[in-house]
Amino acid sequence: MKKNKLFISGDEAIAIGAKLARPHVIAAYTITPQTIAVERLSDMVESGELKAEYMHVESEHSAISACMGASAIGARTFTASSSQGLLYMAEGLHYCSGGRYPVVMMNANRSVALPWSIYGDQRDSLGLLDSGWIQVYVEDAQEALDMMIQAYKIAENPKVLTPMMVNIDGFILTHTYEMVNIPEQEKVDAFLPPFETVNKMSFENPKNMGFSSQPIDNTEFKYQQDRAMFDAIPLIKETDEEWAKTFGRRYHGMVENYKCDNADYIIVTLGSVCGTTRIIVDELREQGLKVGMLKIRYMRPFPEKEIQEITANAKAIGVLEKNISFGYEGTVFTNVNSSISKTKARPFMKNFVGGFGGRDITKQEIRQMFATLKEQTEPSKTVEYFNLNVATDE
Amino acid sequence: MNRPVKQEYNRPTHIKDFPVGPQFDAGHLADENAGWRTFKPVVDAEKCINCLICYLVCPDGTIIKGENHVSVAYDYCKGCGVCANECPKDAISMVKEER
Amino acid sequence: MNSPDTILAPKRITAKNMTEKEFFYGHKACAGCGGSVAVRLALKVTGERTLAAFPAGCMAAVGFIYPQMAFQNNAIITTFPGVASMASGISVGAKALGLKDYKTVAFAGDGGTADIGLQALSGMIDRGDDLMYICYDNEAYMNTGIQKSGLTPYGTQTTTTPAGKNLPGTKTHKKNLFEIIAAHDIAYAATASIGYPQDYINKVNKAKQIKGPSFIHVYASCPTGWGTPTNTTIEIAKEVVDTGLFFLAEYENGEFKLNKNPKEFKSIKNHLSKQGRFKHLTDNDYDIITKQRDMKWERMRKFWTLP
Ligand SMILES: Cc1ncc(C[n+]2csc(CCOP(=O)(O)OP(=O)(O)O)c2C)c(N)n1
Ligand code: SF4
Repeated sequence: MKKNKLFISGDEAIAIGAKLARPHVIAAYTITPQTIAVERLSDMVESGELKAEYMHVESEHSAISACMGASAIGARTFTASSSQGLLYMAEGLHYCSGGRYPVVMMNANRSVALPWSIYGDQRDSLGLLDSGWIQVYVEDAQEALDMMIQAYKIAENPKVLTPMMVNIDGFILTHTYEMVNIPEQEKVDAFLPPFETVNKMSFENPKNMGFSSQPIDNTEFKYQQDRAMFDAIPLIKETDEEWAKTFGRRYHGMVENYKCDNADYIIVTLGSVCGTTRIIVDELREQGLKVGMLKIRYMRPFPEKEIQEITANAKAIGVLEKNISFGYEGTVFTNVNSSISKTKARPFMKNFVGGFGGRDITKQEIRQMFATLKEQTEPSKTVEYFNLNVATDE
Repeated sequence: MNRPVKQEYNRPTHIKDFPVGPQFDAGHLADENAGWRTFKPVVDAEKCINCLICYLVCPDGTIIKGENHVSVAYDYCKGCGVCANECPKDAISMVKEER
Repeated sequence: MNSPDTILAPKRITAKNMTEKEFFYGHKACAGCGGSVAVRLALKVTGERTLAAFPAGCMAAVGFIYPQMAFQNNAIITTFPGVASMASGISVGAKALGLKDYKTVAFAGDGGTADIGLQALSGMIDRGDDLMYICYDNEAYMNTGIQKSGLTPYGTQTTTTPAGKNLPGTKTHKKNLFEIIAAHDIAYAATASIGYPQDYINKVNKAKQIKGPSFIHVYASCPTGWGTPTNTTIEIAKEVVDTGLFFLAEYENGEFKLNKNPKEFKSIKNHLSKQGRFKHLTDNDYDIITKQRDMKWERMRKFWTLP
């Protein structure tokens, strides 16, 4: 009998998730810390466990191009990358969403050179927020596996037809091991129907695809893409509900509200650091402090309504991210702050920026963030580099 | 259909009638190219030996094969003159368009 | 994969017996465009069930202007650097889906092939993906307004290699694209010219039979970029072969084969001086061009099989 629980790394969880989705074509180029995922998929193709074509492309640009080509003939496709590779794909990322090819990819979140660093932060994918991909960020290997399968269901929905990127923190998740439940193939097959689309070549109805538009209709195509993203929001929730019914695990759709009801101080964050934040929330709650965590799962489409509702009564909100848009503030903060500023609420807003290039975000640092939110001395700087190792003149 | 013909095309007035993504029916022509011409090729049926050289080298595929001689699909001929230049029998002459 | 014995002698396709169906029709290429001759003829050989891919470049720009769709077969525009990989994806995807009886063909300009697309093309051949790649060579980046590419010949005036007191126009010679491709030990590669249409058709027809990658480099004049009358497109593409500035050859069974070995070359000066892009050439430039040609032919005649 096959074990339905395995002690595996995040990369392996991604590989198993991708396999269970039965892609026809996998095209990927290797980069740390994504490598293990594509190595495992290669093993599965070799052993026959996965009936797919594995394309040994010579670059990430070709990986995404190959996936688009295969998608354009109606194949389900998978690619994976990280950091420099994701950036090398950038042209293809926009091309893919504009072409409405529902490619699914894994991105192992990693710092972007220079200086070189193979370790994690989220500047790679957050820098590509505008590329038209659905972006989800996961907290652990189980969520990574489950989201791989949900991703195809969301991306391929005829109302959505938009590619989806499953973001998983490099090393912290890709290379650490945990017990992961493995869904049964039959249940996955029932959950995820085969890929059907009108957006493909066919010999019965030949198509001219990827055409150029004139100023008179380009806006309409962009509008369509934008609407498709919004149409994905209810679907994301429904898909998660259906997942919960079938597999007994629930991620709460666009965001997760962790003890935010009646919380005065909320930290909004995303990815693996949610795990540590959860622990601190529990700890401070035990001490009687009204704190909570709002875990952003989807950065695109953006959970504006959810954020507005959940933070409505908070006194102070901190946005914790491993990202900065140089010369301004963190992109996650900009997005969260924009949502909240459209409401009547005027909480104290703070952007905690750090954890670059693999630097740990410690429990003590998160405790300190809640303390900062509680003290909220105005006027204050919005952006705080919370884990610089040196003094500055600021 | 050897050559698609121009079809009346009404721009969608509602977004739901737009193609989903930038893809559309192959061979859908909404426009002719005849207006590009200043000279038009005229085939002398007597001189044409049906060697089909012009047919091969026409950049626009507007030379039509015939029983005894070729003819021209004028709605899409741009008047480049390649056919006239390549004809070994000088059976095609370029005649100024009257408009 | 790269077994050349699989090349069957295909039934000859000629103007008389080829399909009357026009697959590339109603496009907006300039009058007299040589690239469109190359695309149109190839599609008539590969037929109805061709899955065609075009990177950014003239053929993409003139063929897919919504709602004017100039291809009667399935066709797609790809990223500029990624035509070989996107077309590979189509071919591999079709295989994975179990489709039968189709031919994937990638068509790209000289820039899309010899410069920005070379890496993807190399990957495509290396993987042995089942598709044909046709490079229509108009010797510059035409779609963006006649800039120098790696296949722009010495002395060419382009918008980024202007000829003046200090420069002869383009200072470099054409890359040896055909040999670069052959160096991958590809099952079949060929050069052709739209000036010799039957030879080109034969080569496309041969490439069509290959299971795996095949490659054709076809010379395709561009009246707009070259400053030539629209009606001399074919004439010029024939003459360039007769002057020895381009050559007709094949690579098969690991061997290079010249298809045409002129006893005497036609005058280079007479040929080039008809083209606006070469109007400025000096006698010294003609010497350099002639020397380069002679060197190339000496090598080809020495090492390649002769017709
Ligand atoms: C990545 C990228 N860089 C640059 C361009 C701009 N561009 C579009 S077409 C083109 C020229 C194409 O030249 P070539 O491949 O020789 O084909 P031709 O236009 O001559 O048919 C260029 C440079 C682009 N589309 N994408
Ligand atoms: S610029 Fe040259 S290659 Fe481009 S469409 Fe015009 S003639 Fe053809």
